[in-house]
Amino acid sequence: MHFAALPRDARLAALREEVRAIERSRFAAPAGAAPCLPFGIAEVDARLAGGGLAAGLHEAAPATPAANDEAAATLFLAALAARFAMARGEGGQVLWALSRRDLFAPGLAQAGLAPDRLIYAECRGDEEVLAVMEEGVRHGSLAAVVGEVGRAAMPALRRLQLAAEEGGTAALMLRRWKKANADPLGQPSAALTRWRLACAPSAPLPHDGIGRARWHVALARQRGGPPYEWLLEAPDAEARLALPARSGDRPDRAGGAQPVAVRPSVQAA
Amino acid sequence: MLRADGAGALVTAHKVGNQNLLAAACPRARALGLAVGMPLATARILVPGLDVRAADAEGDAAWLARLGLFAARRWTPRAAVSGPDGLWLDLTGTAHLFGGERAMGARILGFCRRLGFTARIAVAGTAGAAHALARFGGEPLILCPSGGEADAVAPLPLAALRLGEVASSAAHRLGLDRIGALLAMPRAPLQRRFGPELLTRLDQALGRAAEPFDPIVPEEPPSVLLRFMEPIAGAEAIEEAIAEAVRRLVPRLAAAGLGVRRLVLACQRVDNEEQHQYVNLARAVRDGDHLRRLLWATIATIEPGFGIERLRLTAARVEPLAPRPIDGALAGDGTAPDLALLVDRLAVRLGARRLYRLTARESDLPERSAARAGALEAAADWPRWPRPVHLLSPPEPVDQVMALLPDGAPLRFKWRGRAYRVAAADGPERVYGEWWRQAAEREAVRDYFQVEDETGARFWLYRKEDLSWHLHGVFA
Repeated sequence: MHFAALPRDARLAALREEVRAIERSRFAAPAGAAPCLPFGIAEVDARLAGGGLAAGLHEAAPATPAANDEAAATLFLAALAARFAMARGEGGQVLWALSRRDLFAPGLAQAGLAPDRLIYAECRGDEEVLAVMEEGVRHGSLAAVVGEVGRAAMPALRRLQLAAEEGGTAALMLRRWKKANADPLGQPSAALTRWRLACAPSAPLPHDGIGRARWHVALARQRGGPPYEWLLEAPDAEARLALPARSGDRPDRAGGAQPVAVRPSVQAA
Repeated sequence: MLRADGAGALVTAHKVGNQNLLAAACPRARALGLAVGMPLATARILVPGLDVRAADAEGDAAWLARLGLFAARRWTPRAAVSGPDGLWLDLTGTAHLFGGERAMGARILGFCRRLGFTARIAVAGTAGAAHALARFGGEPLILCPSGGEADAVAPLPLAALRLGEVASSAAHRLGLDRIGALLAMPRAPLQRRFGPELLTRLDQALGRAAEPFDPIVPEEPPSVLLRFMEPIAGAEAIEEAIAEAVRRLVPRLAAAGLGVRRLVLACQRVDNEEQHQYVNLARAVRDGDHLRRLLWATIATIEPGFGIERLRLTAARVEPLAPRPIDGALAGDGTAPDLALLVDRLAVRLGARRLYRLTARESDLPERSAARAGALEAAADWPRWPRPVHLLSPPEPVDQVMALLPDGAPLRFKWRGRAYRVAAADGPERVYGEWWRQAAEREAVRDYFQVEDETGARFWLYRKEDLSWHLHGVFA
């Protein structure tokens, strides 16, 4: 190798520079024919490298082991899968590799993931989920593959990410808490983006009842960009998330939607 | 006038022109004086309390066709359906396999009895004589000696000859009731008086004229049999054998215009044990590469033991599949791969049962509102009531519930050892038990509430008719 003669520090610096160059070229022109899929929210898309989510591996995890945060992460991925499927037109299909039996299909349908777009695959254990996800994304006929995984080794994740890029299919992975003190996003991953979801109190209504659910959506890590955090409203029946309108200037009163509570995440990538 | 008691007498009726006539009558009904072809109104007057059902001609024909197919598979290679009520079996060269004509006839009668049919069999040298004797002979099993057809049919009525309406009514007017009377008459006047049909039928019954029939040909599923000089056991050898079997099977499917829905791979081992592997396909396919890949995925489950001697690949279920145009490179290579191929591969990996869609089922109870459907079938959506993402099964009891009003939403509750204070609530949505399923559900009522606590966590709680609270789901 030509830099074999250089001192160790210089060699490392050269390698780092090379890796950065490869990554930059990749993000300048996203791999494959599949363009990035935007959220449709200007404030969010502006913070995403590439202006949206590329076909590749994306991970989401509940911020705490609480059942509600896990439901939020599940529904977040369901909405993303529905958006990928809608982007494919009428025939866009999603495969959901289940490892537990508690998913409630009518609830998913309310996040825009219609039952005739969704095929369930019951798997036994994390290995089978990963294998089914890889086969699904590699084939290329699906818009997205969702999988529920507790633990996944780096080589498996890297394979999945490459297969997803190759097949032009989004691999959406729900990382669950295995133990109370083991953050599922604590381990490194080959994912393009990693998200952390938590439920937030909804805006009080002037009358009895419950308003649209809100989530703390944290982009914990993304390739080619800094982390960030938003307060977003849960997806509607068309799988659209939204920025909450400030109560003072609701869209029906003046101006338009203004972002609130937008702040850079303190979470290190 | 004596009126018979019709209890237990069963007839079927059908409409002919604008009359309702009896199509069939059970032995008891016949004993009470009813006959096929009698107007239904007359029959009802003669036998009060008669059990009348609608005749199902199509169903009868379907049963007869099935029986004919069975006969062609089991008893003789030449079998055909004869009219709406009979089967012809050509016993030439097959009767000795069943121990002679009498034994074979008895066996077939026994088979029909077990199926619930009353059958009558006549064995004769001609199809016409057998037809006549079976219907008018009056005994369940008649064996007509060779050459004795004329004597056997002579006492039978003319209707046994399968005559048309015109010829039979003309003969009846002339007082010709029995076939024997016709046999005694010179042929030329018969021909002049009744036309050619009567003589043809008579000749057919006596064997003077040939009567071909169109046998049922049972369809064999396309299959390929490979025999090996040396038993094979290694995975590569089995792989190669499967590839060869698929190579031979696909052209046969293509020639017949068929695609496979179900493949059966039968491996016969040296110790004479047969192992079966099944591959079900989501859509009719005859793509050799795809079939081969699916079969290869099952190799791990084959136990070759001391080796496999024979391998049979059968397309057990086939569907018509027209040739498809090659989607062109002209349109670019942007055509997405076929989802059905992926579904097949996953079904082989996981088992077809674990690959499904969920579709709406008409039930208000959440745990019954989703039903499984095939992976590529259409699925119906649910009505837009608030529904959680995760459903607990079974619902978990919550305690220390406090509500302002007995029928209001809870203000606080405790679930899995944690106390929650409700900040906002929506409800109730009342769901009644499905009383038509079981008696215990008759009184069952659930009032569902969607509640949100101070941190934004949302739950789906319900109160039962006994005022106990349960947590059924978790919202996002």
